[in-house]
Amino acid sequence: MGDVLLKVNGADFHVQAGDGESLLSVLRNRLQLTGTKYGCGEGQCGACTVIIDGRARRSCRTVAATIAGSITTVEGLEHNGNLSTVQQAFLDEEALQCGYCTSGMIMSATALLRDHVQPSDQEILQYMNGNICRCGSYPRILAAVKRASQRLAQGGGHGR
Amino acid sequence: MVGDELEMKIQQPSLRERLGWFGLDRRDFLKLCGGGLLVCLTGAWGEAQESGRFREHALPDEIGAWIHIDENGQITVFTGKVEIGQNIRTSLAQLVAEELRVPFNEISMVMGDTDLTPWDMGTFGSRSTPTMGPQLRNMASAARQMLVETAARLWNVNPATLKAANGSVTNPRGGQSLTYGEITHGEKLTQVMPADPLLTPPKDWKIAGTPEPKVAGREFVNGKHEYPSDVARPGMMFGKVLRPSGFNANLISVDAGAAEKMTGVKVVRDGDFIGVAAPEAWTAEKAISAIQSKWNVPPQISNRELFDYLRNHPDTEDGARQDSTGSGRTAARAIDAEVKLEQHYTVEYIAHAPLEPRAAVAEWNGDKLTVWTGTQRPFGVRDELAETFRIPSSKVRVIMPDMGSGYGGKHSGECAVEAARLAKAAGKPVKLVWTREEEFTWAYFRPAGWIEIRSGATREGKLVAWECHNYNSGPSGISSPYNIENQVTQYHPAKSPLRQGSYRGLAATANHFARESHMDELAHQIGLDPLEFRMRNLTDPRLRAVFEAAAERFGWGRVKATAERGFGIAGGVEKGGYVATCAEVEVDPKSKTIKLRRIVEAWESGAIVNPNGLRNQIMGAVVQAIGGAMFEAIQFRDGRILNPHFAQYHVPRFSDTPEIDVVLVDRKDIPSAGAGEIGIVGLAPAIGNAVFSATGTRLRKMPMEL
Repeated sequence: MGDVLLKVNGADFHVQAGDGESLLSVLRNRLQLTGTKYGCGEGQCGACTVIIDGRARRSCRTVAATIAGSITTVEGLEHNGNLSTVQQAFLDEEALQCGYCTSGMIMSATALLRDHVQPSDQEILQYMNGNICRCGSYPRILAAVKRASQRLAQGGGHGR
Repeated sequence: MVGDELEMKIQQPSLRERLGWFGLDRRDFLKLCGGGLLVCLTGAWGEAQESGRFREHALPDEIGAWIHIDENGQITVFTGKVEIGQNIRTSLAQLVAEELRVPFNEISMVMGDTDLTPWDMGTFGSRSTPTMGPQLRNMASAARQMLVETAARLWNVNPATLKAANGSVTNPRGGQSLTYGEITHGEKLTQVMPADPLLTPPKDWKIAGTPEPKVAGREFVNGKHEYPSDVARPGMMFGKVLRPSGFNANLISVDAGAAEKMTGVKVVRDGDFIGVAAPEAWTAEKAISAIQSKWNVPPQISNRELFDYLRNHPDTEDGARQDSTGSGRTAARAIDAEVKLEQHYTVEYIAHAPLEPRAAVAEWNGDKLTVWTGTQRPFGVRDELAETFRIPSSKVRVIMPDMGSGYGGKHSGECAVEAARLAKAAGKPVKLVWTREEEFTWAYFRPAGWIEIRSGATREGKLVAWECHNYNSGPSGISSPYNIENQVTQYHPAKSPLRQGSYRGLAATANHFARESHMDELAHQIGLDPLEFRMRNLTDPRLRAVFEAAAERFGWGRVKATAERGFGIAGGVEKGGYVATCAEVEVDPKSKTIKLRRIVEAWESGAIVNPNGLRNQIMGAVVQAIGGAMFEAIQFRDGRILNPHFAQYHVPRFSDTPEIDVVLVDRKDIPSAGAGEIGIVGLAPAIGNAVFSATGTRLRKMPMEL
């Protein structure tokens, strides 16, 4: 156990974390930020995706104590009660069924659109391929990412 | 005879007795899962529940058990059904809003809470829309009539002159108006439902039948929705359970000394059950991995011997189930048909792999147990808990927060039982979340199966004989919808080497794969277009209509197949859902890879309650079907699962998903059937048939490989 300082959604948190404890475990079990989901613990499903310094990372495979950067979770995307452009696009397209993969999908899409405002279909597919949706909402998720992309390209909405 | 009827017919009273909710002990439950019986009981249960009674569980006829109107007119609906991504929370609320004549957003649904909702057998078998839909419509209509009659008495007028709309009763002549809340004053609706409440016909629907967005959708995109695995309680500890090194293992020795020395860790041992509870999830993980154990795993069969094993190990306790028309048992063989075909097909065990694994939080308060858990059967899990701890069911409350799906894979309550055992020993609430590997290993699988079909047809393409035998995978969807003079279908239960149970669509996927692949092969043998051959043998107008709708949207027959590009079609009916699927595939003759290019699926299940949710369900069923069709298979040897990780067990991903076009046929003149399952059955045979049209190679094993 050791004291770890994490910057999450713009706030500093001092937490006790086990040696080698994953960021996912710290977020969910110590900070009660349960929007980030456990799906496999092996970096294979993307349900636990968060953004660290602008990049999508699998929080289940990231040791909490090693993170110096700024962490954004799904709870940190809303601003003043407004959904982010990507969140709103997922809602507009109803790009979910059970919704358990949705946080991870939204975080991956947010990271993608941050660097590539207008990705091609192939780029979206490649970038998002590590995120699993067992309910099979993929076509709607692709539509949501494209909708958000168009909105951001037109200068509307906010990316983070 | 459609599958549901067959399923009902094959039920034996003795089995029903054994499966009675209170009579079903855990061992029997697992045994029945093992024998593949669980999958065939939905029909009988569904019928029983529709008639308003299942054993001692009479459904309450008091309106207040189902609907409450508070003094502000806010409406709460109570149902034991659960929301697992199929969007039933939204569509049932639409039906209630429609009959009650209130705005949709004034309805809130309490679902799957055993203390608050009427008893329910579970959310499976595509039964929620056809059974709970009418149940709640009846109650809502009765409530509306009661409100109108109460207002009529207050105003001393004829109720027929009053109007109920937008949450109020008004008297157009006298100008009076009262909101529903003003009429009930928030008191419980103690009236009972009249024998024949007036229901709004679907053609007049204004709220039902519309693409209402998912209830509380915002909570799912901002991370606020609380899934079972997110539940936290004051003072809660975290649990882990020690798993045997294989199936059917016996514990030889265990040393938990190191774990017991860890601060705050409680080691629980009860026979072969060994678990830990710790103040932190991290410590629980460390503690369970610090326990040294030795197990004796007996030799067990593997994939290699599977199909021989299933054919040669009948479950004699249950007996074969047969259904026949025409000349009976040996129809296909006896008839000297001009065109004959005999083939067999196989399907592997596959895993549901819901993205949220099994999870439970258990809390004891004195002798009362409360468990929050992800399950499709909250009342079944309640009774499982009551039996395990030998307490009355009234002392157990199971709460089911809308969960991270199930697909038929979360009927059982083992995680809830484990969490409750740990919580009891620890004296504190305990959360237990299964790992992905546990979910892949210790849940249950969709049954593997071996299917034989022998058939005969005339040279003109008229089916004359059909004999189908299904070993182990199940009877659902086994009966052919085509017109066949002599038909024999037989389900042969087998002693499954792996624990097996329900899965979206049950055996209908396997039986449709076999039948629709076989039909395609017959068509080619006769020299007929596969769609034309089907239509020559099909009179059911609803199935014909979806075949026509899919073929038209797809452009069936307009483009000729080449060595690199093929087209296939398949369809069927089960549980009141009519489906036809067209597939376009691209084949690389060198690398032998199959790439899906385009899928068109036409669907009809009576009056559509929510076209937005329905489209999502059908599209999702197509995507999920890709896995079993193309790459999913559980590998096992000597009592161990060899691929219990997403890195080894390939589920459909973005890159596997082709363009999918869903054509919905709305039949407002036909009662709504469920749509959660049967959209899955047409894809595999459509793909196999498309591959044949390109390559001339017939694929008869799921998953299909060239």
